[in-house]
Amino acid sequence: MMTESFLPPELLRILFTAICAIVIVFGNALVMGYLERKLAGRFQRRPGPMEVGWQGLLQLAVDGVKLVGKQLVIPRHADPVLYRIAPIVSFAPAVLPLLVIPFSPKLQGRDLDIGLIFILAVVAINVLAILIAGWGSNNKYSLLGAMRSVAQNVAYEIPMLLTLLSVILVTNTFSLKGIVAAQEGLWFILVMPVAFLIFFIATVAETNRAPFDLPEAESELTAGFMTEFSGMGFSLFFMAEYTYMFIACSLTVILFLGGWHGPPLPYAEYTAALWFFFKVYALLILMIWIRWTFPRVRFDQLLNLCWKYLVPFSLVHLLVTAVVLKI
Amino acid sequence: MKDYFAEIFTGGKSLLVGMLITLREFFRPVVTVQYPREALPITPNYRGHTILVRDEEKPEKHRCISCKMCERECPSNCISLHGEKREGVKGLTLVRYQLDFTKCSLCGTCVEVCPTDALDFSDEYRHVGFRRDDFLYDLLARVEKGQ
Repeated sequence: MMTESFLPPELLRILFTAICAIVIVFGNALVMGYLERKLAGRFQRRPGPMEVGWQGLLQLAVDGVKLVGKQLVIPRHADPVLYRIAPIVSFAPAVLPLLVIPFSPKLQGRDLDIGLIFILAVVAINVLAILIAGWGSNNKYSLLGAMRSVAQNVAYEIPMLLTLLSVILVTNTFSLKGIVAAQEGLWFILVMPVAFLIFFIATVAETNRAPFDLPEAESELTAGFMTEFSGMGFSLFFMAEYTYMFIACSLTVILFLGGWHGPPLPYAEYTAALWFFFKVYALLILMIWIRWTFPRVRFDQLLNLCWKYLVPFSLVHLLVTAVVLKI
Repeated sequence: MKDYFAEIFTGGKSLLVGMLITLREFFRPVVTVQYPREALPITPNYRGHTILVRDEEKPEKHRCISCKMCERECPSNCISLHGEKREGVKGLTLVRYQLDFTKCSLCGTCVEVCPTDALDFSDEYRHVGFRRDDFLYDLLARVEKGQ
């Protein structure tokens, strides 16, 4: 083969995976940006974007042009290095988890034995990015937003990881492919619906989505940690948020909703990805629905929910799972 | 302990009720009117700026006899009109009727006082202009143009 002598297949595979990951990141940001605005409109009985393109389909493209054209302002006395790298630190790690997510039995960048831990480790960098952004902005509201984000993420990481452990106890593997394969026939949401609920609530909080969007909290902190960001810095934060939402929902689907499993399709080894995306977007729409239903929680309510309800429940759940497995 | 679980139950239930309410709103029709392209019908009680009523039976298409009652009664002095005597025509002929809409308070006194019911309110609500002069309406020109 010519290509074999030209490029080693392993290198081709890496290139292809990288391109696919980036396409998914930007495609998802486009779809989510449009969906969110359109659904937000519908929930409030207004049409949402309508002017650019049919039903406002090109709105996001036009917004992108607008954001690129905006002037980048660095606030006086801000830390220029931290201020500049914060959006990149937020966005760059968002691409990495896509390498280990199994979209279908054969569509997966790499099946790491520690895939789950890899995702959790990489996603946690976002907290750092928010902290950098809030600290570097030289703005007290940004700093408050960043501090809130850290407290929130530290708090919600615990119930999330504890419910993850329940799943891991059952499947005995950290490989995402293995976890999905273990759910053939019986999805884990049917076995442990409580864990699913806790995990989903925790991921909503981890992605800083309403009603847990305290780091942004536009009515209290103007825009929280991203107050001072304009143009592409701002849009990188947004793209990162949508990507983290996608990753969080992918994780929920992989852990509880049976991943790519669904009614059989032709060429199932590849087309099963359709079921995966269907489930992920159903969850994303649920997140949008939640966002446009509930008002933002107060900070003590946020922490109470976590420490008083989610943590004890996930601990008990872990204990029960372990006992049941031993029996 | 009882309160703890009761709170979970009532809290969870209230969240579900909230979700169902937004879901119901989601499937109801959109109430937005795409304004420049579609507009709602205006109530007949709407009082826009005054116009001379178009009267197809009279050659001048309006009933104004240039009596200047409206000009005199107007509390904000926004009406100025002028009639002149013409050969072979009974009474005065209206040659100019100007409404300064920047001053008009839409009180309707001119409409009430008009002896021939020549004045009425229009249903015009889209007033746009870049200069003050844009709101000096020539009502005579309007009635002659057929507006």
